[in-house]
Amino acid sequence: MRMPAPDPALIVRKDEIVRALRRIVPGEGVVSEPEGLVPFQSDGLSAYRQTPLAVVLPQTVAQVSAVLAWCQANGVKVVPRGAGTSLSGGALPLEDGVVLGMSKFSRILEVDLENRCAVVQPGVTNLAISTAVRDQGFYYAPDPSSQIACTIGGNVAENSGGVHCLKYGLTTNNVLGCEIVLMSGEVVRLGGKGFDAAGYDLLGVVTGSEGLLGVVTEVTVRLLPTPQTARAMLVGFASVEAAGECVGDIIAAGVIPAGLEMMDNPAIVAAEAFVHAGYPVGAAALLIVELDGPEAECAELSAHVVALAEARGATSVQVSTSEAERLAFWAGRKAAFPAVGRISPDYYCMDGTIPRRQLPHVLTRITELGAHYGLGVANVFHAGDGNLHPLILYDADKPGELERAEDFGSDILRLCVEVGGVLTGEHGVGVEKRDLMGEMFNETDLACQQRVKCAFDPDLLLNPGKVFPRLHRCAELGRVHVHHGRVAFPDLPRF
Amino acid sequence: MQDLAIRIEKPADAGEVLAIVEAAGADSRTLEIVGGGTKRGIGSARPADAILSLEKMNAVIDYAPEELVLTAQPGVTLAELERLVAAKGQMLPFEPPHLTRLLAVKGKPTLGGALAANLSGPRRIRAGAARDHFLGFSAVTGRGEAMKAGGKVVKNVTGYDLSKLLAGSWGTLAVLTEVTIKVLPAARTETTLLLFGLDDRRACQAMGLAMNAPMELSGAAHLPMAAAARKPLKGQMPVTALRLEGFEASVASRAESLAAALRDFGRAERLDAGHSRDFWAQIREVEAFQADPRPLWRISVPPASGWRVAEALEGDVLYDWAGGLVWALSEADVRPAVRAVGGHATLYKGTGAAFEPLTGALAALSARVKAAFDPAGLFNPGRLGDA
Repeated sequence: MRMPAPDPALIVRKDEIVRALRRIVPGEGVVSEPEGLVPFQSDGLSAYRQTPLAVVLPQTVAQVSAVLAWCQANGVKVVPRGAGTSLSGGALPLEDGVVLGMSKFSRILEVDLENRCAVVQPGVTNLAISTAVRDQGFYYAPDPSSQIACTIGGNVAENSGGVHCLKYGLTTNNVLGCEIVLMSGEVVRLGGKGFDAAGYDLLGVVTGSEGLLGVVTEVTVRLLPTPQTARAMLVGFASVEAAGECVGDIIAAGVIPAGLEMMDNPAIVAAEAFVHAGYPVGAAALLIVELDGPEAECAELSAHVVALAEARGATSVQVSTSEAERLAFWAGRKAAFPAVGRISPDYYCMDGTIPRRQLPHVLTRITELGAHYGLGVANVFHAGDGNLHPLILYDADKPGELERAEDFGSDILRLCVEVGGVLTGEHGVGVEKRDLMGEMFNETDLACQQRVKCAFDPDLLLNPGKVFPRLHRCAELGRVHVHHGRVAFPDLPRF
Repeated sequence: MQDLAIRIEKPADAGEVLAIVEAAGADSRTLEIVGGGTKRGIGSARPADAILSLEKMNAVIDYAPEELVLTAQPGVTLAELERLVAAKGQMLPFEPPHLTRLLAVKGKPTLGGALAANLSGPRRIRAGAARDHFLGFSAVTGRGEAMKAGGKVVKNVTGYDLSKLLAGSWGTLAVLTEVTIKVLPAARTETTLLLFGLDDRRACQAMGLAMNAPMELSGAAHLPMAAAARKPLKGQMPVTALRLEGFEASVASRAESLAAALRDFGRAERLDAGHSRDFWAQIREVEAFQADPRPLWRISVPPASGWRVAEALEGDVLYDWAGGLVWALSEADVRPAVRAVGGHATLYKGTGAAFEPLTGALAALSARVKAAFDPAGLFNPGRLGDA
């Protein structure tokens, strides 16, 4: 993965840049010593590492604004960072850039239950929001597996999902407003506490923009009343096809479960060995179905789902009878990644979405590709919304295995696009899938997206090298008419 | 009538749209983009040099009920789409209002129009708005480029979410040529609890209480006396309505719990499924405010502020979205009161600026976004105001 070549002229200005940042953020808010920079070298996609020039940790919106304005005036690139849990390298630093860490923005500013929302700073963790309002009977619905660590600012940047987004939506469907600071230092408020806002839906565009459009300094999230009951089921099947068909049957019956997950046998075995949740280790596929709502609804629908599962030849059905058991059912799924980490020195997680009907075909092809590359794979799958997470097993210490794993991953994502799906369902493009964007979008499509980038950040200083496979100068994008989506100079180096 | 002299282009496919836009761009001719043309009266549009009507691009391209996804050309009518998904036991979750009777217009509202105006009905409070179900699209920009964004699956974060940007852009950024939306299973049944005689403040409290309980409310509206007394209800008292949808046992159980929780607000009456459907269709279409000569405002505010805004207004109001959406018939400018609580108002009928004017850095940013798609201002000139 190539990043934009660092600009030596900026690297030699390191001392000057650090001095300027210290004038804006005094004290320990600027990190520049090599050992202090180590924790910021990578994010959740740890295969990629770079050391930034410096890290700045502002505490006020005025400081964020001043840092960005100074960096814009001085041509210094900025990489925003929340908790650094991105799985696509969204917070990967630049050697000639500054990391803008938002960890000190960690306060919940207001809980407004009259309007069912909370106003929080971006460094608040996803789980902390739900924890703060739990006693009043509310929660924040999107629940990425990293929710104990990941921040709401990062969730907005990545439009994070989670196991409950089939019924409750992604971050974009649960955020009412935010305040962002543009690279120019201008502060802009988007949305608010109402259901919609005047003008273009820039909130919708900023959500999922991967830190390329603005730095989020405040978020207003929608809160939901906690469902009265929730019940999870584990349903084993002798084939992936049968499990996939059962998912289709559930949706066709008009049931939208709160969560609808699938794991294949390698993932079941790894998770069970790790957390002992009582998973059926002999099953070829396991569905985890969660229903929530009033007791009467859970009872009615779980009976319905059990009947559908049995009609598809389920080999085992367990329905949770207590909250402890429900959480145990989920523990295996939520720990699937670390569980796989125990059976393989390294793993590489993919994130394509496919039309669900393509599942048997796609899983068969993934198995074939695994044989071709000589690498194992475990599959966990947000089955309800078609979001696939193949975990490619490899050993980075063995020469060539990382490269093989990356090639295998790229083939899987191409396959997702080929069957009508997309490159990423919830993890983001980042650096990881950047060079695959051309599989889904042609040059015209990408030019339209980059012009939006130019409207927010005309000098391309905010998080460059992510999302877009080629960096076009904004003046060039305004002028050039991309003809029928053809790449003008396909052989030119990308950076 | 000006329109008689204006050329109307009716492309049959995306290629023809591209050719029309390219030709318009070459001659610096402006285009008014219309679907069924039913919302043309909203916004301060200046007359364009030609009309680009998408009414012939009305095909459903792919509908996979089991994938919860539907792809269509933008000119498909809402009525046809509603029939199509209902036949498969599904629905358009955002319950788009048609508003033809309210606006006293002929023509058939289209899917493209509902998305371009981000029109969402009472179910907004639970299921989300049109923008939340708009998964992807193909379009022609004002630069004469055919482009696409988003995808045809329900979960996707690949690239910027330009569907959100196009939703509510009122045709000022690009001409939609194909759209993909998310659909959901239709509710098996529904019921509505009615409370009578509450003043606006108490009604908003009742709606808030119901929203804050785990009832998955899918509608919360209030008609004060003046609105309730008009057609079609012709009631004797203010009416507050709370809708529950879902499977039979669940709806029955929630209705019982909700009625108990609302005891302090009086005895709740129940509407059966059929009457509930009729009632919410009337709310969705704002029927109580049809055929009134006064200016009509659509006001969006934090839900708990709805009644406070109404108190500051002269004229009649009715509430949807648990107080977050206020329809007002008012001769006076409602915007100062609306702004004071962090909301915005759109003038649906009447003379004056239709859309809330933007200011400062947000206005400049929005103008740059417009220029990114339509730098020459070919599409719907003046529609959103002359920022």
